[in-house]
Amino acid sequence: MATAAVDPAARQAALFEFLARIGDNALILGHRVSEWCGHAPALEEDIALANTALDLIGQTQLWLGLAGEVEDKGRSADDLAYLRDGYEFRNILLVERPNGDFGKTLMRQFLFDAWHYLLLKALKGSSDRRIADIAEKAFKEVSYHLDRSRDLVIRLGDGTAESHSRMQASLDELWAFTGEMFMSDALDAELAEAGIIPAPQSLKPGWDEIVAEALTEGTLKKPADGYMHRGGRRGVHTEHLGFILAEMQFLQRAYPGATW
Amino acid sequence: MDPALRPSIDEVWHWLAQVPDPEIPVISVTDLGIVRDIAWRDDTLVVTITPTYSGCPATTIINLDIEAALAEKGLDKVRLERQLSPAWTTDWISAEGREKLRDYGIAPPVDGTAADGVLIKRIDRLSGRSNLTIACPRCGSTNTEKISQFGSTPCKASYRCTECLEPFDYFKCI
Repeated sequence: MATAAVDPAARQAALFEFLARIGDNALILGHRVSEWCGHAPALEEDIALANTALDLIGQTQLWLGLAGEVEDKGRSADDLAYLRDGYEFRNILLVERPNGDFGKTLMRQFLFDAWHYLLLKALKGSSDRRIADIAEKAFKEVSYHLDRSRDLVIRLGDGTAESHSRMQASLDELWAFTGEMFMSDALDAELAEAGIIPAPQSLKPGWDEIVAEALTEGTLKKPADGYMHRGGRRGVHTEHLGFILAEMQFLQRAYPGATW
Repeated sequence: MDPALRPSIDEVWHWLAQVPDPEIPVISVTDLGIVRDIAWRDDTLVVTITPTYSGCPATTIINLDIEAALAEKGLDKVRLERQLSPAWTTDWISAEGREKLRDYGIAPPVDGTAADGVLIKRIDRLSGRSNLTIACPRCGSTNTEKISQFGSTPCKASYRCTECLEPFDYFKCI
């Protein structure tokens, strides 16, 4: 196949952008989930939430660490996490949704985990070795996240009348934030063409299957596809991100370079 | 270091076998299978380590402990390198390590049973059963049930024995 010469600077910028997207998803969701620490309805769930958040923050260090390396301007994973402003974050809007109640937190986690699992599974075969290595590691951890969130969505969906109605309401609210996972732009197309990432829309059939199966088992009704919110992947966020960053970045902003 | 005075690689493995895991001190870092390679590169000893979980907070402590143990043996030029692939798996925990875990009260991992693709039936889930047969480290009974998939550390799940009623940790397979 005849391929056009790849401009190294453009490829580097595209890679950085992709790494910021995947790294920021893990960072913002990890931060959201960690807000539960000490507040969950049962000790075991508190520990499970904290462990999930810990895995996600660990993965963030790997993804944003590689982003800094690719960018080659001397920025570390910490610099990227603590010193960027809202418009520079590339996470999807779903992960910055407020936690709501325990059921809503688990519904958000399940919708994300099903996608994250499929994305990492595909990235294990990335033509970029560094990305494949991180995906191999993260995939194992995320398999457990999906196993757990799926189980709880089913239990709470097919639980009491109260838990069922809350799970259905969470699903109805969050559904409009799921479309962004499968949207594609020129950058996705370029990296997918190079075999570095899967085409986002290619993950949709597998996701539909995992989600439909769990919802049916949990007696929940899948909402009709309508307008899907978008923007996070290009830095246009909801008002919620600012509050997350204010809390997360405060120390490094107020006392630059502080260590402990 | 004078090449003539360098310890052999075997000797260094032996030293690292004395460095305990900070969270489960009955097993060593070599029992855990996270030390992937030890080699001399010029006058520097390079120890290659793979993390158990991406966010495992013990990783930093493990690195410090390894450096301290080697410094105590007089090795001052040591470099630790992180290797992500192949990703760490519980299959790498040594046979001896598994016995030590069991004696300590932690059920060792059952190989080849990572979560991927092993979804369990709903009826089993609701009754707290899992798709794994985990023996109670106290009485050996296999009548055990899962309490939570995440235990006191990311690498463990919480189980309970329905025979002797002992709650225990299971070192889950990844």
